[in-house]
Amino acid sequence: MDEEYDVIVLGTGLTECILSGLLSVDGQKVLHMDRNDYYGGDSASLNLTQLYQKFRGTPPPESLQLGRDRDYAVDLIPKFILSSGELTRMLVHTDVVRYLEFKVVAGSYVYRDGRISKVPSTEMEAVRSPLMGLFEKRRARNFFQYLQNWKEADPATHQGLDINKCSMKDVYTKFGLEAGTQDFIGHAMALWLDDDYITKPARPTIDRIILYTQSMARYGKSPYIYPLYGLGELPQAFARLSAIYGGTYMLDKQIESVNVDENGVFTGVTSGGETVRAKKVIGDPSYFGAGKDLESGGKVRVIEIGKVIRAICILKHPIPGTDDSDSAQIIIPQNQVGRRNDIYIATVSSAHNVAAQNVWIAMVSTIVETSVPEREILPGLQLLGNVVDKFVSITPLYAPTSPGTDENIFITKSYDATSHFETVVEEVFDVWQRVKGEKLVLKKREVELEA
Amino acid sequence: MASEEAPVKAVQVKLVLLGEAAVGKSSLVLRFCSNDFNENTSPTIGAAFLTQKCRLENRIVKFEIWDTAGQERFHSLAPMYYRNAAAAVVVYDITKAASLEKAKAWVKELQRQANPNIVIALVGNKLDLVSDGPAKSVDEPAEATTDAEGDDSTPPPPSTTAQPSSSDSDDLRQVSTAEAETYAKESSLLFFEASAKTGANVSELFTEIAKTIPMESLAPKPAQGAAAAGGRGGRQEQGRGENVQLGEGQQAKKGGCC
Ligand SMILES: Cc1cc2nc3c(=O)[nH]c(=O)nc-3n(C[C@H](O)[C@H](O)[C@H](O)COP(=O)(O)OP(=O)(O)OC[C@H]3O[C@@H](n4cnc5c(N)ncnc54)[C@H](O)[C@@H]3O)c2cc1C
Ligand SMILES: Nc1nc2c(ncn2[C@@H]2O[C@H](COP(=O)(O)OP(=O)(O)OP(=O)(O)O)[C@@H](O)[C@H]2O)c(=O)[nH]1
Ligand SMILES: [Mg+2]
Repeated sequence: MDEEYDVIVLGTGLTECILSGLLSVDGQKVLHMDRNDYYGGDSASLNLTQLYQKFRGTPPPESLQLGRDRDYAVDLIPKFILSSGELTRMLVHTDVVRYLEFKVVAGSYVYRDGRISKVPSTEMEAVRSPLMGLFEKRRARNFFQYLQNWKEADPATHQGLDINKCSMKDVYTKFGLEAGTQDFIGHAMALWLDDDYITKPARPTIDRIILYTQSMARYGKSPYIYPLYGLGELPQAFARLSAIYGGTYMLDKQIESVNVDENGVFTGVTSGGETVRAKKVIGDPSYFGAGKDLESGGKVRVIEIGKVIRAICILKHPIPGTDDSDSAQIIIPQNQVGRRNDIYIATVSSAHNVAAQNVWIAMVSTIVETSVPEREILPGLQLLGNVVDKFVSITPLYAPTSPGTDENIFITKSYDATSHFETVVEEVFDVWQRVKGEKLVLKKREVELEA
Repeated sequence: MASEEAPVKAVQVKLVLLGEAAVGKSSLVLRFCSNDFNENTSPTIGAAFLTQKCRLENRIVKFEIWDTAGQERFHSLAPMYYRNAAAAVVVYDITKAASLEKAKAWVKELQRQANPNIVIALVGNKLDLVSDGPAKSVDEPAEATTDAEGDDSTPPPPSTTAQPSSSDSDDLRQVSTAEAETYAKESSLLFFEASAKTGANVSELFTEIAKTIPMESLAPKPAQGAAAAGGRGGRQEQGRGENVQLGEGQQAKKGGCC
């Protein structure tokens, strides 16, 4: 290993694989390593044996009759792709989309007053929706029409609101929307995890509502799509992009040390007793001391910024109240259950080739707020009906202590509790800016015109 | 072959290549798709996704050929690579005994990971480097095509071997036809010895694969074109179980038949 690389990437999670792919396309010489013998790190999807091995250290119990091992691809981190979102754009621009197949997620639901209702995806559904009373529907319609007509350059469409300055609270007040509607809009459509957004400028929230409605309009049913065979396909697809552009892949490599010179600047990594030199390193927090005691004299490179609890549940029926959906998201807004953060439920099944026939995988997750996190997800678990088996994990979230530009050490953030990939893509843009010192511009893929 | 009447629909088939580095995987594809050969190829970079049609009497098979992109070099091939592959070409170099062992390991991996109906062909490449000829196609006209560089579209007639230095080039062979063929038979693999350089047995290989793939086992591909009818940008009602088409330019590709 006496070659020198431009960039060494540690960990094959989605963020790292997208970066690796984009850097290889950019002409950088990339070496991409992972300590595991599989792709994906925390964004891998596991078969049944791997799942039981990871959480129990035992094979799947025969008695549960879960079917064939290979029919399963269980995600460790639940996320869906907003069909008009940034990840979709990234997949299309890089042409990575050709390696993957997607299906629409069948429904998006929201919890309100003890029951779940579908987030309307058509006008008909909006009219019939029990989420609002008649008068409130009229007010909501005015609000959505305002968004639809709003044009940056045309102040007449702003109706006296400067959404770049005024708070979302001001917007809600102007349209006279009730607290329940605010919950619905802020959490089920803008997909905020907590209520901090209300007092902040309205623009980001409005952009998110528009993203949601555009995604919803793209394929109907729900704003989400999901890859066949699970989310673990995503990092693999970007890794292939990287490899096609010359990236070198080495899995199953323990990283003994990340080496720096006397100024603390990155020089290379040592793996299996061999040292590989490179100009820069990018990696997930687990390669930079996350969760480990600091060796004496070592530098603190990552800190814990919170914890997420995730419960992977195996069901033999669709989630009650979801119209027998083969896949769905349910959001429990924090106000509904007296919390600070929303609880999310994501469910998928054999329709996306991630479970055996008649088996549904449901993941309940939220940001940990108390010392008894298992109790915090109960409102979610209670919606599931009979759970055949359940795997609960509490994962710390890490973030780098510095941008890394002085040391050429660029550490990514852990995957957060959001239900989609928008923040992953934001992270890619952010790391790219740090690594390259310039904005990431996705070159538009040339679309062939039909004669 | 098939006359004007019923236009035969092309069936799309994913085919993956496997084998040790430098055994000639990319060269076999280059020969099959472009009828070309390069003495000095670099390890595969850049284009690792090619398509080529193969016309049989009753159907047209469109191979969507995946090359390894070098990920196999350090045992880092992604499972996504074999996903839904209907056929695999596992290549070894008949002048390198170790490459057959590697090929056997790939066959095992495929039998464990890939679609159970996958058609696997074992190919001993670089037949042009030895003079004792292959076990198959002995009755074919033995016309040497040592340099196909200048040829255009039509594949050369299948040729067996013809090598300049006949007697001592024999020494180069490290894997006997019998040994590999026995292994292939035991493991239910198609077997060919071929040369990407001369073109020997290359089109035969792909034609045989096309014939062997059980068409019933192929998942229908409603994705192509199905969503295109919905118009662009507007709402596209998806029927149950249909895949979505994200890349807009994708379904536009048509292309005539070879
Ligand atoms: C709870 C809720 C959820 C929504 N979710 C989505 C969404 O996911 N995606 C999306 O694109 N849009 C959503 N909307 C927005 C709403 O559907 C849009 O306002 C509508 O698409 C406007 O389209 P238009 O101008 O063509 O129809 P309009 O001319 O505004 O409406 C046509 C007719 O449809 C009925 N109608 C329209 N909107 C509503 C409404 N909101 N409530 C009751 N009746 C209505 C009215 O009877 C109206 O006369 C939602 C609205 C609400 C209240
Ligand atoms: N004599 C001879 N040489 C061949 C033949 N096929 C390939 N080669 C040569 O073998 C070398 C490697 O061929 P490639 O096609 O690049 O091999 P590969 O398996 O794709 O290699 P990687 O992409 O690195 O895994 C090149 O120098 C080719 O010219 C053949 O049939 N006969
Ligand atoms: Mg190659």
